[in-house]
Amino acid sequence: MTDIIRTEALKKSYANGKPVLDGIDIRIGAGERIALIGSNGAGKSTLLKCLIGHTPFCSGEVATLGETFRASPNKTQLQRIRQRVGFVFQNHGLVRRQSVLTNVVHGKLGLSDGWGAWHQAIVRQEIREQAMEALAQVKLTAKANSRADELSGGQAQRVAIARALIRKPALMIADEPAASLDPTAGREVMEVFSDLVRMQGITLVFTTHDMDHAVNFADRVIALKGGRVCFDLPASEVRRNEVDGVFHA
Amino acid sequence: MSSMHDRLLPGRVRSVPAATFAILVALAALFIVSVGQVSPSPSQLVGGLPRMYGLLERMMPPSIETGFLTRVMWRTVETLQIAFVGTVFGVLLSLPIAWFASRTLTPFGPLRHVFKMLISLFRTVPDMVWALIFVASIGLGPVAGTMTILIDTIGFCGRFFAEAIEDSDKQPQEALFTSGASRFSVLTGAVIPDIMPSMINTSQFALEKAVRSSVVLGLVGAGGIGQELKVAFDLFQYKNASTIILVIFVLVLAMEAVTDRLRAKAQ
Repeated sequence: MTDIIRTEALKKSYANGKPVLDGIDIRIGAGERIALIGSNGAGKSTLLKCLIGHTPFCSGEVATLGETFRASPNKTQLQRIRQRVGFVFQNHGLVRRQSVLTNVVHGKLGLSDGWGAWHQAIVRQEIREQAMEALAQVKLTAKANSRADELSGGQAQRVAIARALIRKPALMIADEPAASLDPTAGREVMEVFSDLVRMQGITLVFTTHDMDHAVNFADRVIALKGGRVCFDLPASEVRRNEVDGVFHA
Repeated sequence: MSSMHDRLLPGRVRSVPAATFAILVALAALFIVSVGQVSPSPSQLVGGLPRMYGLLERMMPPSIETGFLTRVMWRTVETLQIAFVGTVFGVLLSLPIAWFASRTLTPFGPLRHVFKMLISLFRTVPDMVWALIFVASIGLGPVAGTMTILIDTIGFCGRFFAEAIEDSDKQPQEALFTSGASRFSVLTGAVIPDIMPSMINTSQFALEKAVRSSVVLGLVGAGGIGQELKVAFDLFQYKNASTIILVIFVLVLAMEAVTDRLRAKAQ
């Protein structure tokens, strides 16, 4: 299986010298769905940012989508990585006063065919159609004209997923995508998310505190503790006592 | 019992630090000296009142001569044109300048301070001074007035637009930056829609302010109804002056009413 992500001895420290990531070695293959778990401060979000070159690291090596870099990618590499990655945040990050369709169209910004993707009214018809297709995938076509601030939390997060999907990414990164939702909406979002990436063969890396989400929506669970990989197991092999060890001292 | 309460009871007045006290005393002294130098004496007030009454008497009734009213009407239209054109161009130019000056989104790094200083310069120099500068450089007439309003609007809107850009919602910006969007795309896609209500509000205040300013710019020769008012006073045509003052009063009130309604609608 081709590696979509590979890290070797990845280390990163805060300005005060405290290590956040302390020698991370992971390999993620194409089409895999990976859950990163760990308590607050374990380094999950920092690891995600290092993988896509959003934060520099101190030592080691990262290879994402064939772009290998130390410390941080150069400008061209960063641009190439960004063009092939979809990012979903804990807080959806939608523009509240814009329509759902415009928010999905925003996903094209930064891509070579994304001229005019500031607003659905001025972008090319082909991109408007792609946006509607992405909305259909998250079952929200009926809301295309609604303003983003009229949506429920779960719907907003599904629009954020559609915004990432319109980029046709090879890799999807999601930082606690269900953390700000109630359990039902959270599960719904994770179901939609996980099914879509599996059907489209997209590699998914998401962080979560919810073990049910990790076990049910990932193929593999990587646990971080104190900046190190605590375990890296197929989701079906994760046991309760191992999880307790991750979240408790 | 009561002596214990007395010990806990805070003083009626908080003690003032020595430096604050010294500043307060200096301000009080400055005020007293200034009152002696620039405020009217009782005799001036008493002597001025009859003269004021005499002036008002000469202003009544306001002139309603047809030729004069037609001229005033055209000058009023010109005043509104100066205010409208100056404000629209001012608002349009304010947006890029505010973007360049904003702390969070500027493409110019520390050089943003140059744009901040430019906005400060435009805002702090009074509009009458700008009008004098433009009358001297462009010549008498409404173009000098329009330029004055334009510069004044950039000073006013530039500051508020820059602050609105800095205070706008950061999460959509982060989401778009993460996908590789340029600063310009983030500005147009996420920031402007977010700050639009505040921009509309500020622009309406700018228009209101521009109408008030353009009324008086004529006093220094920058076109509009103010020019007519100056002529009326210079030629002791006080009845004409009172008509113009009434027109100005109605014009400013009408403009405030219109912008108030627009603001209420935009909420």
